[in-house]
Amino acid sequence: MSTAVTTEALPEAKGTAPVRPASGNAVAMRTLKYALLLVFLCIVLMPAYVLFVTSFKGIGDATPTRAWRLPTEWETAGWQRAWETLAPALVRTFSMVIPAAIISALIGSMNGFVLSRWRFPGADIVFTLILFGMFIPYQAVMIPLVQLVQSLGVPSGVPSLILLHVVYGLPITTLIFRNYYAGVPHELIEAARVDGAGLLRTYASIILPISMPAFVVVLMWQFTSAWNDYLFALFFSNSRNGPVTISLNFLASGQLQDYSASMAGALIASVPTLLVYILLGRYFVGGLMAGSVKG
Amino acid sequence: MSTQTPAKPRQGYRTWGPPLLLITPTIIVLGVFVYGLIGANLNTSFQDRHTRGPAEGYVGFENYTALFSDDTFIYSLRNLVLYTGTFLVGTLVLGFLWAWLLERGARGESLFRAVYLFPMAVSFIASGVVWRWLLNNAEGDRASGLNRLFESLGLGFLQNPWWTDQRFGIMAIALPAVWQLTGYVMALFLAGFRGIPEELREAGRIDGASEWQLYRHVLFPQLSPVALSATIIIGHMSLKVFDLIMAIAGQTNYTTQVPATQMWVEFTRGDYAKSAAIGTVLLLIVAVLIVPYLVATYRQERRR
Repeated sequence: MSTAVTTEALPEAKGTAPVRPASGNAVAMRTLKYALLLVFLCIVLMPAYVLFVTSFKGIGDATPTRAWRLPTEWETAGWQRAWETLAPALVRTFSMVIPAAIISALIGSMNGFVLSRWRFPGADIVFTLILFGMFIPYQAVMIPLVQLVQSLGVPSGVPSLILLHVVYGLPITTLIFRNYYAGVPHELIEAARVDGAGLLRTYASIILPISMPAFVVVLMWQFTSAWNDYLFALFFSNSRNGPVTISLNFLASGQLQDYSASMAGALIASVPTLLVYILLGRYFVGGLMAGSVKG
Repeated sequence: MSTQTPAKPRQGYRTWGPPLLLITPTIIVLGVFVYGLIGANLNTSFQDRHTRGPAEGYVGFENYTALFSDDTFIYSLRNLVLYTGTFLVGTLVLGFLWAWLLERGARGESLFRAVYLFPMAVSFIASGVVWRWLLNNAEGDRASGLNRLFESLGLGFLQNPWWTDQRFGIMAIALPAVWQLTGYVMALFLAGFRGIPEELREAGRIDGASEWQLYRHVLFPQLSPVALSATIIIGHMSLKVFDLIMAIAGQTNYTTQVPATQMWVEFTRGDYAKSAAIGTVLLLIVAVLIVPYLVATYRQERRR
């Protein structure tokens, strides 16, 4: 997924529409508004309904005529098959995603601090060049990358993927932290400097303690994008040592279309990222291109 | 942003030395993994490395001329254009509409917002599982998925072969992509709407503008930077489309070929030179979209 995140929560509506005598027109508009909102709600939820319902279907529900109906009998066999296939991959994915997110967040935080406060010759060109790394199609580096990772002796699977998610996560983590730190009152850092604190002391004692909101966003972002990654996983792992996206696609694209197991598997594989969204989603959206539009 | 420290000339390297040192590892790593590897890939694309063995020599632009006279690759590029157009129009129009509906607040707004947004948390691989079922191409009695739904709603004429259609099949792959990212674009527009100062609306009302005129002439123009950002974000994602196609149609399906899938297929065949050339072409396409944005960012940085 992509690149624009800020540390701002989505702002609430500023006051409601001015109170006016409810004309017929206004009532019609309001009805239309809620009707549209509900229609779109149903459309967005439709695939979720299909996933849920199909995952509980047994062989008796295999006919196309029953495609959209509820299961005749709610069976959990599909869930069992999916769990057996995916459980080892889930463990591997966690062991890949957590270190990858933490390491890239820490490095990004230091980079962001440096780039937001300290001007060295060419700082702006360096920042722009780092930013470009965020947008490149990885296809344009993949072939030499496979060779490089091999010649560095990094084992295929989890270790390779941690390395790649850290390295290619650096541009976005740096960007988010830089924009966050740009909003920190200058006096705070100046005071530390007057007190004789060096760069690292200032970072550790002033900056790090106020960085929680940015860390939440960055960790979430890195967790989600590494969890959902398929491209790197395909080139740098296989179904025995790879993450859950590989195992899920393996399960779902087999010769026998085991729909109940694949749909249960899709749900299982999505639980961690969905939980992250439900719990922390409000920190996640708002602003654009890490605030660049608002200046 | 007026927060920068004016560099005091006398302090010299002692001011910028330590921070430069702190960021050097990142500069080196990205220098190697981004720019070094782009160079290495370019190098491979100029060689005659069509097997897994080492290259024997350089062939100049031969791989590129071969690529652009390859019908499948031209078809891939055409597919990419169609896909990106559908994806962009779909997410921007719907995302804008959703944001507009929610802009003044609505009962249950947080529910609508959460539901509209949740598909973004799901991987393309997981959503591909359900969309492959929804976009099943069987029609009539054997229809399942969306075709079955259309049939039972009396909309049978809407049934179609989805992604297996040779001309417009790729546009069907954009449907799940729109489903996943529209909520995100909505969030961007919603933030844009709510960033507009209340005074602007008041001023418009005092001038006697109707609600529609207010939107059309005062509020919508304020959102053009948001639309631009959304275009860049969705556009660059779209040009790299890969996961969804792998999950729905598989790598060998002809009607859904795009450069990224073709690059993977050539890689698995061991034709590294061709694969590298496709990667470079893809990079150039993305660069057309991104470089103007980066140049604008750079100028903004210079002004800080």
